[in-house]
Amino acid sequence: MSETATYGKAWEGGDKPYEASYGKLMMWFFLITDTLTFSAFLAAYGFSRFKFQDVWPVAEEVFTHFPFLHGEHPLLFVALMTFILIMSSVTMVLAVNFGHKMQKDKVILWLSLTIIGGILFLASQAWEWSHFIHGLDGVPATLISNPYGHPLFADYFFFITGFHGFHVFSGVVLLIIILINTIKDTYEKRGHYEMVEKVGLYWHFVDLVWVFVFTFFYLV
Amino acid sequence: MSDNQHNGNWWIWKVFWILLGLTTFEVLLGMFKPEFLVNTIFLGTKLLNHIFIILTLIKAGYIVLTFMHLGFEKKSLKWTILLPAFVLVPYLLFIILSEGVHVYSIL
Repeated sequence: MSETATYGKAWEGGDKPYEASYGKLMMWFFLITDTLTFSAFLAAYGFSRFKFQDVWPVAEEVFTHFPFLHGEHPLLFVALMTFILIMSSVTMVLAVNFGHKMQKDKVILWLSLTIIGGILFLASQAWEWSHFIHGLDGVPATLISNPYGHPLFADYFFFITGFHGFHVFSGVVLLIIILINTIKDTYEKRGHYEMVEKVGLYWHFVDLVWVFVFTFFYLV
Repeated sequence: MSDNQHNGNWWIWKVFWILLGLTTFEVLLGMFKPEFLVNTIFLGTKLLNHIFIILTLIKAGYIVLTFMHLGFEKKSLKWTILLPAFVLVPYLLFIILSEGVHVYSIL
């Protein structure tokens, strides 16, 4: 056993080098692959943007509207979407935190608020999409036409924000499942709320991706 | 898992205010576009873009290390997750973006 102990010191976690459960480790591995996928999408966007830099539309001239407000408000709506997602990340951490303390009622409360945040984000994205598709001066933005500039801009916009939006949607479905499990006492009987933590990892990742999409689509 | 991280919620709100503050700052910079930052070109792009990217990386760091708890995991796990991203993503960006610049120059 002393040999294990020496070996363990080098790896900190003893003979379990990562000291993390199977499920959590697999979630992290999935998130690494997803990180590389989104990096490739954004890198491809960058390639096309450099290639067609003379005719590439400026995002803040494309997305300038805000519901129920007249006039031009660049960045305002997407800032609101970012705020909604950061907020839902915070409610998620709180749910995980109360899960560690085995406080079922508070887990239910914060999980529900996280779900509401996710749905609000999806609704905002639907508004943003429909506004973009509606286009400019009667010319719609589609996969093959884009009144604001190079058609590839529209393709990347639909593909990357769509892929991210699908992640948000999947996250909301997962959150609803673990909310039902929490209400049904599944995790109380199991003795821990690690499933909330694992879905939490995924949910924060979705927020993380949005931070990059926000920067590279709307700011840079 | 360090236990003092789970006593109280103040650290969650601290990170929230940092993220919100950085995002607000980014949005304000994007709205007002200070002339100096737009006109100064550094390493092939506007100084403003460098600021956006640095702020984004700081935000990403806070999300991954505190919200996703990676800062409090074992060192071995932490680097197993971070190293592939640190090596592969800059590599990918370097190759694809410099190719984009080249294709533009010969079009």
